[in-house]
Amino acid sequence: MTDTNRNLTQEQVRQRIEQHLASRHRKEKVFRGLGIASVAFGILAVLVLFTDIISKGSGAFVQSAIQLEVTYDPLVLGIDKVDEESLTWANFTGVIREALRERFPKVQSRSEKRELYSLVSSGAPFTLRKRLQSDPELLGKTQTVWLTADDDVDTFVKSLSDSKEGFRGRTSDQKAEWIQQLIDSGELKKRFNTTFFTQGDSREPEQAGIRAALLGSFFTLLVTLVLSFPIGVAAAIYLEEYAPKNKWTDLIEVNINNLAAVPSIVFGLLGLAIFINFFELPRSAPLVGGLVLTLMTLPTIIISSRAALKAVPPSIREAALGLGASRMQTIFHHVLPLAMPGMLTGAIIGMAQALGETAPLLMIGMVAFIVDVPTGITDPATVLPVQIFLWADSPERAFVERTSAAIMVLLSFLIAMNTAAVLLRKKLERRW
Amino acid sequence: MDTMTLDAAGQTAASQPESAEREAVDTNTSKTVGKPFCDDAKMRMRNVNVFYGETQAIHDISLDIGCNEVVAMIGPSGCGKSTFLRCLNRMNDTIEDCRVEGELTLDGEPIYGQKVDVVPLRARVGMVFQKPNPFPKSIYENVAYGPKIHGIARRRAELDEIVENSLRRAGLWNEVKDRLDQPGTGLSGGQQQRLCIARAIAVSPEVILMDEPCSALDPIATARIEELINELRENYTIAIVTHSMQQAARVSQRTAYFHLGRLVEVNDTETVFTNPQHELTEAYITGRFG
Repeated sequence: MTDTNRNLTQEQVRQRIEQHLASRHRKEKVFRGLGIASVAFGILAVLVLFTDIISKGSGAFVQSAIQLEVTYDPLVLGIDKVDEESLTWANFTGVIREALRERFPKVQSRSEKRELYSLVSSGAPFTLRKRLQSDPELLGKTQTVWLTADDDVDTFVKSLSDSKEGFRGRTSDQKAEWIQQLIDSGELKKRFNTTFFTQGDSREPEQAGIRAALLGSFFTLLVTLVLSFPIGVAAAIYLEEYAPKNKWTDLIEVNINNLAAVPSIVFGLLGLAIFINFFELPRSAPLVGGLVLTLMTLPTIIISSRAALKAVPPSIREAALGLGASRMQTIFHHVLPLAMPGMLTGAIIGMAQALGETAPLLMIGMVAFIVDVPTGITDPATVLPVQIFLWADSPERAFVERTSAAIMVLLSFLIAMNTAAVLLRKKLERRW
Repeated sequence: MDTMTLDAAGQTAASQPESAEREAVDTNTSKTVGKPFCDDAKMRMRNVNVFYGETQAIHDISLDIGCNEVVAMIGPSGCGKSTFLRCLNRMNDTIEDCRVEGELTLDGEPIYGQKVDVVPLRARVGMVFQKPNPFPKSIYENVAYGPKIHGIARRRAELDEIVENSLRRAGLWNEVKDRLDQPGTGLSGGQQQRLCIARAIAVSPEVILMDEPCSALDPIATARIEELINELRENYTIAIVTHSMQQAARVSQRTAYFHLGRLVEVNDTETVFTNPQHELTEAYITGRFG
């Protein structure tokens, strides 16, 4: 190098630099272009995903309903007073059939009648029962009610906006004609789908909701948070502040990092073997789900908490120790407050991971078909991602939009949690 | 730092036979020139050795720090003066695999040993660090923290008084009295360092250790701190590590010169700077190395 330098005049050196500069600029441009391209690709992928999900799922937030003149006829119902027992026996289906026959009086044959009756959801009798229960005065009177349409009807009605023919599926010409009539007369309308948010799972798409799954997720995450945050932080504090640096702590560190990379289904198997088979905890319960997810999120929380502790400047520790603060006082008065934002961010990211986790929960039975909304951590439950998995597997066409809608709900929770993590960090962050 | 310099020094000594005389001084003397001992010693250190793992950072140092005097410790980088200072309130305990040997006493009581609790020791031997390190809390909280954890103040009014007195003594009261609830980190560098001094004297220590307290400050702030040290001398015993020989000359009564982990010379400050008795000291203060 030095030899050539000596032989070159300043002019020549400058020329060479000049020439080299062009290729340097070119490389810079290419690199920047690649960066922009990859960012653009990422954004595009997210956009495609979101448009797809939203376009498919937005339909699930409305639900077709049919207006009927229902008479709570004691004769048809087969009861003479309204009380707990009689309501159980009352024939609300008959009342609805009566109302449908009245609306379409021309229907005579058996098969036609069957077609007619299938316009309304099989859950509609329960709606009437609830109404009568809350207002016993209605017995013998006539009332105009909106009853949820069957999912085939709903699918057909919704598909009408896409094409003139619409998606028929199992809907016959006759039925399509009735539906058209009802739409024209304003007796069939799409209304906000409250069922989706207030009910648990169901075999009938029009009666299926995410409430049970949402609460299941809530209870599971509650258990996860309550267990993994304190344990994770305590482990991080011990490893970072107290543990001597030797090969044992090195081994522990390596293993924690390994644990973070273990496939989640393995944790599910572990949970099945230990929590359910050995400790005999209830199956399908958020308690067990939370325990399994705790195992899974612990490494994430420990690693991020340790990073947060490491980021606290040692001068703060020295200042506190130099004043005669004990180790614990130093940690709790000075180090933890400074590390907290980082720890919380890690915890929220861990929670978001746990919220989206499916595989380990399949192993411990949270994939069961559960209709009831859980009320505690030991009730059988399922969680949002597993609900999505279950619905995606269902043959009814109406479950397609419900799957996407559930994904939308899950994604909005994830976005909310991640936003909370960012805001929390901004708010709590202190300068030193 | 210390270990590196030591290694480098070992090599230098081996590769330069012509400096045999100096080498002889380096390796063989546990003897310190001058007067390392005094009668009314607050802290006595005898035959102190400090190891970082396998490397020895401090070789057999014996020194007294007297009552109400300022002892300055000078010497080239990595000579072990900070390490030695940190032994005096056991701040080295926080460093992994650091081992301290020797006899160290405060008022005749040993400061190392199984039974000794570091918490009261550090309350009696306070420390001010090289970089101002106020807590990211309010000015009031910074000063009040020490008294709080030691349970010195029984009532709020007492605490207020301690805070005011400490800030007054540190010469910071007039500048911050209207904004005690503001963060201590919002002050200027010099103010922060005075805040740290106020924080240290709030627990009424008997000895204050200062580890290059002015190295991050401008000359005006430095002058204020030096003034402060002169005032504090009346009530406290102070050991100060400094890189500035002028500073040592200005603030201290005795000066200790450290070289490669050994205490070479201790004498009255005036003697050290006007008539050094050891050739290494002379070489250092005349700027031949360091």
